[in-house]
Amino acid sequence: MAAKPKLAVFKFASCDGCQLSLLDAEDELLAVAGAVEIAYFLEARTQTVDGPYDVGIVEGSVTTEHDRQRIRDVRRQCKYLVSIGACATAGGIQALRNWAAVDEFISHVYARPDYISTLATSTPIAEHVTVDFELRGCPINKYQLVELIASLLKGRKPRVPEYSVCVECKRRGTVCVAVAQGVACLGPVTQAGCGAICPSYNRECFGCYGPKEQPNPTSLAAHYAEAGSDKMHLVRLLRNFNAHAPAFRDASDLVESGAASGDATEAP
Amino acid sequence: MPANRTFEVKALSRVEGEGALYVKLAGDVVEHVELNIYEPPRFYEGFLRGREVREVPDIVARICGICPVAYQMSASHALEKALGIEVSPEIRTLRRLVYCGEWIESHALHVYLLHAPDFLGYESGISLAADHKDAVERGLRMKKIGNELLEILGGRAIHPINVTVGGFHRSPDRERLKALLPDLEWGLQASIDTLALVAAFDFPDWHDEYEFVSLQHPDEYPYNHGQVVSSSGLRIDVEDYEEHFAERHMPQSTALHSVMLPEEKSYLVGPLARLHLCYEQLPPLARRHADNCGIAWPSHNNFHSIVARAIELIAAYEEAIEIVRAYNAEPSPSRAELVLRPGVGCHATEAPRGLLYHRYEVGEDHLIAEAKIVPPTSQNQGQIEADLRQYVPRVTHLDDLAATRRCEHLIRNYDPCISCATHFLTLTLDRGEKGAEADRP
Repeated sequence: MAAKPKLAVFKFASCDGCQLSLLDAEDELLAVAGAVEIAYFLEARTQTVDGPYDVGIVEGSVTTEHDRQRIRDVRRQCKYLVSIGACATAGGIQALRNWAAVDEFISHVYARPDYISTLATSTPIAEHVTVDFELRGCPINKYQLVELIASLLKGRKPRVPEYSVCVECKRRGTVCVAVAQGVACLGPVTQAGCGAICPSYNRECFGCYGPKEQPNPTSLAAHYAEAGSDKMHLVRLLRNFNAHAPAFRDASDLVESGAASGDATEAP
Repeated sequence: MPANRTFEVKALSRVEGEGALYVKLAGDVVEHVELNIYEPPRFYEGFLRGREVREVPDIVARICGICPVAYQMSASHALEKALGIEVSPEIRTLRRLVYCGEWIESHALHVYLLHAPDFLGYESGISLAADHKDAVERGLRMKKIGNELLEILGGRAIHPINVTVGGFHRSPDRERLKALLPDLEWGLQASIDTLALVAAFDFPDWHDEYEFVSLQHPDEYPYNHGQVVSSSGLRIDVEDYEEHFAERHMPQSTALHSVMLPEEKSYLVGPLARLHLCYEQLPPLARRHADNCGIAWPSHNNFHSIVARAIELIAAYEEAIEIVRAYNAEPSPSRAELVLRPGVGCHATEAPRGLLYHRYEVGEDHLIAEAKIVPPTSQNQGQIEADLRQYVPRVTHLDDLAATRRCEHLIRNYDPCISCATHFLTLTLDRGEKGAEADRP
């Protein structure tokens, strides 16, 4: 019998929620633990096995000089590298620092800023090393994670849709909150995966899964602005957990600068 | 045995988030203990400024993937106070139910996957499952039911989307909640079995006159409401919290470190503290099983925290069943109207790991002008180090690996959530013969 593939889970700046998704796959966890060798997963086990690893799963964003070096070591140790969650794929909510003077944040939160070592930016893993697959979401969908691991074991491409939340909404039969309630909803430009939960709970999509394939958030924001949404509200809506994802980032900058108002419908 | 030793754990395992431990010994005297929290800082309080009131529960959930509800609850209550919003009794009850879901998933995870392996001699829940599959599967199912409760109430288990200032975006579906009752009843019995399992563990002999701190409410075990009380007699309203507790910034940590004033002393929050201060308020079944579990409460042995968690699992399942049985009408409206105005509000709730304090100032522009968040693990950090100073001399006869494992076991008594202590572990034990420096793997 061939050796089981070695799986490693690495954490960078994050809330632990995405790696917790693996432990939250209660019905599948022991089966996964049987199919792969969980070689490095500090949140779940003390025992560690040295690399190289067949599959590396990375959660979190790069925010320190040390982590900038560490992600390169992680890449070297992993045959197949997957980044999971909005922090790892887009910098996470902590990427809001990318629009601020980080010194000001530090002195605001910490009494002794000189004890803190951090980079001025929070950036996704793929800005530092080659990533073989990105699994989106804040948090990721545990069934997509199980699908990803299963597909890797079978040597096939993971089935993860790139269409918008709107498609999931229509499938659920949810009444459109943007049309029916006139609220600014990011569903049309956000990738599916969550199951379109928010509109089914009577609220707008706020972009947890990041931009869908070929989105036009600038145009969408212009539409909402014309319909009466406050410009800065739209900027904030785009600057959430995937704020640094290029499509959302550029659109938020255009909206903020005023370039996206009125008849500007060109995508950046 | 060398005269000087250091122990270090460069990356603590089976805790949430990243930290290290460094202990330096001269002979049997502990010279230095340091819980090094190297989890990169994320600056929540910095970027919350300028955000909308309604966005805050969604944003602060991301502080912690294990206890997002706690952050959503403390934030919602604090902002309601700032805005002068009263919520209905029905929403108050549903918020208790959400908290039941979080305590269940968080405690079941910690008891079975993170902490029980220490008592049973395994390196993980995964290895434990190889020999005790039934027990681990029971734990996983208990956790799953907590998550299902969160999915019904919150839309999803991690970072729920249905909690908002004033209540819920949509009232939880009555039929789906009722359909969960058989599982909740199974979970209640499973929690009673869990208590029998963990109460029979072999506990290190340990006694410390801890300063226990928790919320206390005359009529209920504390989730969302109560005064802040301590075992030495402090009793204050949450509004006076900052006069009695302060945060200090230590060089080894990106977490702020809380102390109780005026003595600047360490204190303990979490299940053992709640059981100490709120035993009388346990619901009846949890109380009866706590009385008869073979451990005399209140306990000053922090290794009993796993037993306290099992008792709280019973309490959470018991109360969840009661609330779901009585949930016959979906509240309408599902939330109080959000009317913005400038103001300041603070609130504390009981996260699975202990007291979680938030304060917000809403500015003239109706955006967040100021935010302050004091997570449970920052409050426990001083006490974890104090425990280690007392505990390390007992393990110095062991080799480095065994000694550090015992120290990690002690740290897990606190179920530390390092991601939470964001502003927020690597164990290094310095026995003097090498210039060991804490570093990450």
